[in-house]
Amino acid sequence: MNRSTLDLWVGFFVAAGIVALGFLSLKVGTMDTTTAGATYQLQAKFDNIGGLKPRAPIKSAGVVVGRVTDIRFDSKDYIAVVTMAIDSRYQFPRDTFATINTSGMLGDQYIGFEVGGDPEMFKSGDTIKKTQSAVVLEKLISQFMFNKASEGTEKK
Amino acid sequence: MLNKANVFLQGLGFSLTSRMARLGFASKFFVMTLLYSGTALRRFHLVVREVYFTGVMSMIIILVSGLFVGMVLGLQLYQTLQTYGSASALGTLVALTLVRELGPVVAALLFASRAGSAITAEIGLMKATEQLSAMEMMAVNPIARVVAPRFWAGVISMPLLAAMFSAMGILGGYLIGVQHLGVDSGTFWSQMQASVDVREDIVNGVIKSFVFGIIVTWIAVFEGYDCEPTAEGVSGATTRTVVTSSLAILAADFVLTAFMFRGA
Repeated sequence: MNRSTLDLWVGFFVAAGIVALGFLSLKVGTMDTTTAGATYQLQAKFDNIGGLKPRAPIKSAGVVVGRVTDIRFDSKDYIAVVTMAIDSRYQFPRDTFATINTSGMLGDQYIGFEVGGDPEMFKSGDTIKKTQSAVVLEKLISQFMFNKASEGTEKK
Repeated sequence: MLNKANVFLQGLGFSLTSRMARLGFASKFFVMTLLYSGTALRRFHLVVREVYFTGVMSMIIILVSGLFVGMVLGLQLYQTLQTYGSASALGTLVALTLVRELGPVVAALLFASRAGSAITAEIGLMKATEQLSAMEMMAVNPIARVVAPRFWAGVISMPLLAAMFSAMGILGGYLIGVQHLGVDSGTFWSQMQASVDVREDIVNGVIKSFVFGIIVTWIAVFEGYDCEPTAEGVSGATTRTVVTSSLAILAADFVLTAFMFRGA
């Protein structure tokens, strides 16, 4: 086979492979989930994190503003400490309320920020004071049952 | 009685030592291929020629089977997802299945049977017709001139072929899922983009296919170089290439998956 035709075919092959890789990384995957620009760290302490996992999204008003980077157990206070990386484009007031929510009935858990009205904003390394733990379904049911039972005894 | 036991143990020992010697020779051969690849990389047109025969010639089979695998995935996953009312996750599932597993593995299996067997048969025939010995007589190192270019061509081609396979598969899933079964086009792509991570999924898939490329071409060139220089020997070596490299691909895939996706 002629050398230049061969080179042409190989060039076409390599170009097709690179196009396929580009398609995969631009159209199928997204760069901005982990390789986002600058972030800052925030911490939050929860009594119970339920099924929260590292890399879970942090949402405010439904928009993803950051990700959970680390979860560890504080053996002194017996609580969970969650470290989060928040996109530096977004600033949050110091009285922001962090709650652990579930997307859908059985979906994954995420941290939701309910923004307060404090004029001062969080700085990197701050700890969120106001948190609400994950809702554990079993506890909720047992609470409901106890309430029902006590209602029954009061009426008699 | 004692004599029979003796013969049996001898046979066992011989088969173990000869297998170990072959494995040792294969490792030495791999190191020698790397050591002598300087010539191949300097005279790059040798590699380009082999990329044509291993890569370009495998492109049709890879593209067509990628398309069909993606279309089957679209049909099958849609059926199951529909039962749970989550057909919107079709794009995510098709893309993750292809990029993480099926793309690298199936492309490597096809590559082993399409290109690996051809490499073995070619080198084996060269050995049987004493072309390799003739080269040595002319002070041309057959590993540098024949083996190394084929090895590097395989290593270069494999990741590109796997990427083409995955891309075609996702297009096939799109054709079936969106055009035929009526999943919303926007949901299909946005769900996919939300859950496929470039570093975690796509780069790991490329690393997998790169490793498979090394494994397949190494086995292929070794079997060809080591085969008995007879017609029977060449045919046996070609069969062994396909069987051994298929098993090696699946085993290596398990190990790589265990390291890459530990469920985090």
